[in-house]
Amino acid sequence: MKVELHDILTSLRASYLRELRAYFATPLAYVFVAIFLMLVGVFTWEASRFFDTGLADLQPFFYWHPWLYMIFLPALSMRLWADEIAYSTSELLFSLPVSLFGLATGKLLAAWSVAALSLLLTFPMWITVNYLGAPDNGAIAITYLTSLLMAGAYLSIGAAMSSLFSSQVLAYIAGILVAFVFTAAGWPMLVGAISGLLGAAAGDLVAQFSFLTYFETAQRGVLELRALLFFGGVTLTWLALNTIWVANKRAFAG
Amino acid sequence: MLELKQLSKSFGGRTAVDSMSFSLVKGEVLGFLGQNGAGKSTTMRMAAGVIEPDSGDVIVSGHSIVSDRREAQRRLGFLPEGAPLYPDMTPLDFLNFLCAAHRISRKDCRSAVERVIADARIGDVMSKRVSTLSKGYRRRVGLAGALIHDPDVLILDEPTDGLDPIQKRAVRALISRMAKDKAIVISTHTLEEVPAMCNRVIIIDQGKLIADSSPEEMAKRREGGLEEAFIDLVSKQEAVRNEG
Repeated sequence: MKVELHDILTSLRASYLRELRAYFATPLAYVFVAIFLMLVGVFTWEASRFFDTGLADLQPFFYWHPWLYMIFLPALSMRLWADEIAYSTSELLFSLPVSLFGLATGKLLAAWSVAALSLLLTFPMWITVNYLGAPDNGAIAITYLTSLLMAGAYLSIGAAMSSLFSSQVLAYIAGILVAFVFTAAGWPMLVGAISGLLGAAAGDLVAQFSFLTYFETAQRGVLELRALLFFGGVTLTWLALNTIWVANKRAFAG
Repeated sequence: MLELKQLSKSFGGRTAVDSMSFSLVKGEVLGFLGQNGAGKSTTMRMAAGVIEPDSGDVIVSGHSIVSDRREAQRRLGFLPEGAPLYPDMTPLDFLNFLCAAHRISRKDCRSAVERVIADARIGDVMSKRVSTLSKGYRRRVGLAGALIHDPDVLILDEPTDGLDPIQKRAVRALISRMAKDKAIVISTHTLEEVPAMCNRVIIIDQGKLIADSSPEEMAKRREGGLEEAFIDLVSKQEAVRNEG
């Protein structure tokens, strides 16, 4: 057990450092951060008409996070395993005395770190609302934290999808599709349609699987244990699937 | 040091490796020969733990690749076909990554990196991106990676492919130097290299071992040396199959 944990941590560290370096060795991380910040700004200031609300809070900013993550985070995770397969470096990786779970976790954490950096660089928004009024900074901190957890859940889906394809494009599309299911399941229009067709209980049940449902409470500044458990659970489930799918490649590879 | 026990693997109903068994002791350098598609790479990938066998086992310095994979892999260095590397990394980053994966401490890693830089003669490209390196240098970086943890067993798939004659000679000399305290398996298509590098030859066909002897004995089988002997053995197997 002790040896296993040591192996996991060693593999995690090796994989994390390699992937983080890979993000910043190419323009990928820089382009990702720049586009994310630009779009967050556009959606907050323009689409949500921030200055028309007359409120000094970040709700118009956080509102878009699930949708932006759904589109952007699969772009960050699409290369994690697809590149290993495309460049055949998986051959090298599988010949090393490493834990696959540790490798998968290290890759996920590296992508998560880039997402965290992007989120951190939105601090001018926070400065702006503090300049304009007196927002509830505790609530803002809770929403930021939940948003970061939600980003991990989106990334774990994208990373798992990446392990199924040797093409980054296919991994990206698959990542968006699965992320869309987990997002749109809580979309009021969809929930309303399901409730109308199958009853309110069915609509509520579907909504329980949506990121929107759990992030919505966080946007009100409420830190809910069930939201933490949900995002943590989703992340761990997809991480486990990722590890299983990679292990299957070793078992059945041609 | 290395023992393959009844190793088998099929892909989609086609048998790639069929009950392959042989063992290697310290000091042996095995030339692993066969036609394209004979099962060489599949056997080597199973021996390195890259893919799992359908049945059978590989024992590396007393550790089973099936039940004790990581301990077996700690004693094994593998150069895959084509020497795949991360294009965004420098050779130094790559070797440091392998040190971390092999649990080599930072201090020991520094001396290990210096050792393999000297062995593989890659000192002048250590800070260049892998994507900018020539095929020959990439292969030498891959070889350096396989040696970083000073393994008991080395499995090298086409180690001299893409190298110029001088680089080939350097790799052959390196393999000869390492052979004293390691067991080495080399797959190659260049049969002239075999007597220079190997003291044992195994020929496989359709996933089965069909010959196992020293290069000298193998060469004596036919006038024309090892190449003629290889063609003769493989042709006979094909004839038997066609008759069947």
